Amino acid sequence: MARKQHDYDDIPGTFVFDAERSRRGFGINMFCMSLMQDENRKAFKANEAEYLKKFNLTPEQTEAVLKRDYNRMLELGGNIYFTAKLGATDGHSFQHLAAVMTGSTQDDYAKMMLGGGRSIEGNRSRSGKAAPSRFLSGAAGKQSAAKPKAKAKANKTKAKSKSAKRK
Amino acid sequence: MARIIAGIGSSHVPAIGAALDNGKTEEPYWKRVFSGFEKSQAWMRQTKPDVAIIVYNDHASAFSVEMIPTFALGCAAEFPPADEGWGPRPVPVVQGHPALASHIAQSVILDEFDLTICNKMEVDHGMTVPMNLLFGKVDKNSHWPCPVIPLAVNVVMYPPPTGHRCFMLGRAIKKAVESYPEDLKVVIFGTGGLSHQISGPRAGLINSKWDKSFLDNLSKDPQKLVKIPHVDYMREAGAEGIEMVMWLVMRGALDDKVDEVYRFYTVPASNTAVGHIILANRARKSAAKHKRAAARVNVDRIRS
Repeated sequence: MARKQHDYDDIPGTFVFDAERSRRGFGINMFCMSLMQDENRKAFKANEAEYLKKFNLTPEQTEAVLKRDYNRMLELGGNIYFTAKLGATDGHSFQHLAAVMTGSTQDDYAKMMLGGGRSIEGNRSRSGKAAPSRFLSGAAGKQSAAKPKAKAKANKTKAKSKSAKRK
Repeated sequence: MARIIAGIGSSHVPAIGAALDNGKTEEPYWKRVFSGFEKSQAWMRQTKPDVAIIVYNDHASAFSVEMIPTFALGCAAEFPPADEGWGPRPVPVVQGHPALASHIAQSVILDEFDLTICNKMEVDHGMTVPMNLLFGKVDKNSHWPCPVIPLAVNVVMYPPPTGHRCFMLGRAIKKAVESYPEDLKVVIFGTGGLSHQISGPRAGLINSKWDKSFLDNLSKDPQKLVKIPHVDYMREAGAEGIEMVMWLVMRGALDDKVDEVYRFYTVPASNTAVGHIILANRARKSAAKHKRAAARVNVDRIRS
């Protein structure tokens, strides 16, 4: 069954860990949780594919774990607080994982954070149609709050045709 | 009567705890963060609360994906620091306040907030990092300056409770505390945030404009914040920035009008915008209260 679309699916570069992903990803997250214990870390490192068999993962989930494809793990129901335990088992810092997920080098990622982080501008919406939240105070927030209805209507029809295309 | 005298908002970035535990507080990067809490620590030493209620979230430490309580109140006598993969943080075991905690549980459940009760629970950086930021570094073999009642909120699996629900729970906690007979000075912490995203290709997101607006409204117009839908938090403040709803439990537990005692904001601490605020309730109009109390005494006399 195809995943039901939600308002938050319009947020770019983000896999929201919702109830559905939580259900599908139970095995990935329980596997990651098991890595809190040293003996389990050793058993996993000794034979990764064999160790993973205990957790009833789908073939896609198993592949994502073995390949350390962190974004794919999130997409398939992994949660970052759990998958971070796999990163730690590999001896990586969290910043390393962040760099991997964002497709940058660790150095570039660190520089971006020191420079104030990733800007919200240009990173607000996949469709490019979400205006800044009307709950932000100040002139910008008020402006977008002024005529939300007409805009929202126009967005709806366009969004529909876009999601149809994606499928 | 017990009373909540102030609310504290604070980020709970794990790297802050690691910096403290590994003696890095004097490095320029971390000094920038820690120096922002010096005044708060002085305020805390002066305020000397009898109890702290700390609203925080667990990060795959005490709760995995097997059980995901929306609101979990710690009623135990003590809460050991959790092993988060590098051994437990070298901080003292957190002492609870079971009597006040169970009183709060009973009161807010009858007010229709269906809490989970935890009589045994470990606590992770989500709680101990803000404690360090406000109480300072405390030796593992010493003790924290006051007992703590942990309130764990699910903000890991979507959907967390709404901002409005969090605010109303704060209201119910305020009512519960004020119906506790012992004279206790209580402070309440809202922790987590501010803007940050640590997952997926958009990791590293920071939105200072959003954060500033949130802090402004928290102080002066919290009703504006309770209406924010989850998608706005996640879009504007990052997928993990949704932790900010926990600050609304704290705000709901305060009076409508508060004084902003202190505020601090810096970017970044690891992947996160660090936000901190202290909001104090104003002194109650004691004259009017005394008048009402006197009137009650008179009524009682007439009845007897």
